[in-house]
Amino acid sequence: MLDVILDVLTSNGLVTAFVIVGITMWLAYVISNKLTRGMIHGSAIAIVIGLVLAYFGGVATGGSKGLSDVSFLAGIGFLGGSMLRDFAIVATSFGANFDEIKKAGFRGVISLFIGVLLSFVVGVIFAVMFGYTDAVSIATIGAGTVTYIVGPVTGAALGATSEVIAISIAAGLVKSVLVMVGTPFIARFIGLNNPMSAMVYGGLLGTTSGVTGGLAATDPKLVPYGAVTATFYTGLGCLLAPTVLFILTDLIF
Amino acid sequence: MVIYGVAILAGCYLVGTIVGEFIGMLMGVDSNVGGVGVAMLLLIVIVDKLVKSGKISKPALDGLSFWNQMYIPVIIAMAASQNVVGALTGGPLAIVAGIAVVAVSWACVPLLSGKPKTDEDISLLGPTVGGEADA
Repeated sequence: MLDVILDVLTSNGLVTAFVIVGITMWLAYVISNKLTRGMIHGSAIAIVIGLVLAYFGGVATGGSKGLSDVSFLAGIGFLGGSMLRDFAIVATSFGANFDEIKKAGFRGVISLFIGVLLSFVVGVIFAVMFGYTDAVSIATIGAGTVTYIVGPVTGAALGATSEVIAISIAAGLVKSVLVMVGTPFIARFIGLNNPMSAMVYGGLLGTTSGVTGGLAATDPKLVPYGAVTATFYTGLGCLLAPTVLFILTDLIF
Repeated sequence: MVIYGVAILAGCYLVGTIVGEFIGMLMGVDSNVGGVGVAMLLLIVIVDKLVKSGKISKPALDGLSFWNQMYIPVIIAMAASQNVVGALTGGPLAIVAGIAVVAVSWACVPLLSGKPKTDEDISLLGPTVGGEADA
């Protein structure tokens, strides 16, 4: 009996994911309305529930893809995977105002460069504080605080140890999760309520999943503006970290 | 027809992704550089042209609007597929550095975006051709 049900769920993964996500959102909006009287946005709660489920999925399976490592929930990984995520991000630009993007374009580009550099420097400082002395390890950890993709790309290019690469990925993941959860709470304190600041936000924080998830929970109208800069960030980081930034690190340490 | 809207969206996505791969190749990086950003700009310009010239039907716009509103469910599925265990078990350096970088970056947002604006400025976003993305 149970086998038959699990079989159906497994072989219809994407459809199963629609049901699971739908139930999660319903639950999140009930919590938002009843327990917080709408103070905390339903999608923020839904994202936190998603992360908690990912934690339990990871603990239960020992895998790295959260809940989607549970075989009959693999469809969640497809629905939330890079293809549909990027497809839906592009769709958010339907409704964005091109004039606003042009107006904030210059600051968006500046914030991209400052964002990558700043993140790298913060990572470097903490790597040194924790006792790393070789430029390769320091630069890899610095790259990890840019995003969890830049870390391993840089580490692989420089020949860092797998332990250091693991730390760099974890640092990037912490950043991404924290941005996803924290954005709605910090938004009012940093003036994150208009297209200009959303583009700067995307450029400074850069983690696409964190920025777009966090903005969605803050105000969905801001998502396209944050996403349009954030999607350049990881590429820029992959370009700068193993080259210019590593050379500078190597000169200092 | 609904599929026209979805096809325009998908076409922009593919063109953007291909352009992003080429930018990556030119820069010598094994990664897609800004493909999604290019696709977004393309979609904005194309839809704007089509709407202004009246060449796009309501059902076609609904096809775009559907995916626009599917964004948050997709993000929740993404959150549920994150390596949260990896983030929490990466050791103190990973956690401290991750928290510090976010705090420093948050502090820099007002510096770069100019003085914080009031909530009224949200009206700048104006009426959109898109559907309600608040679901």
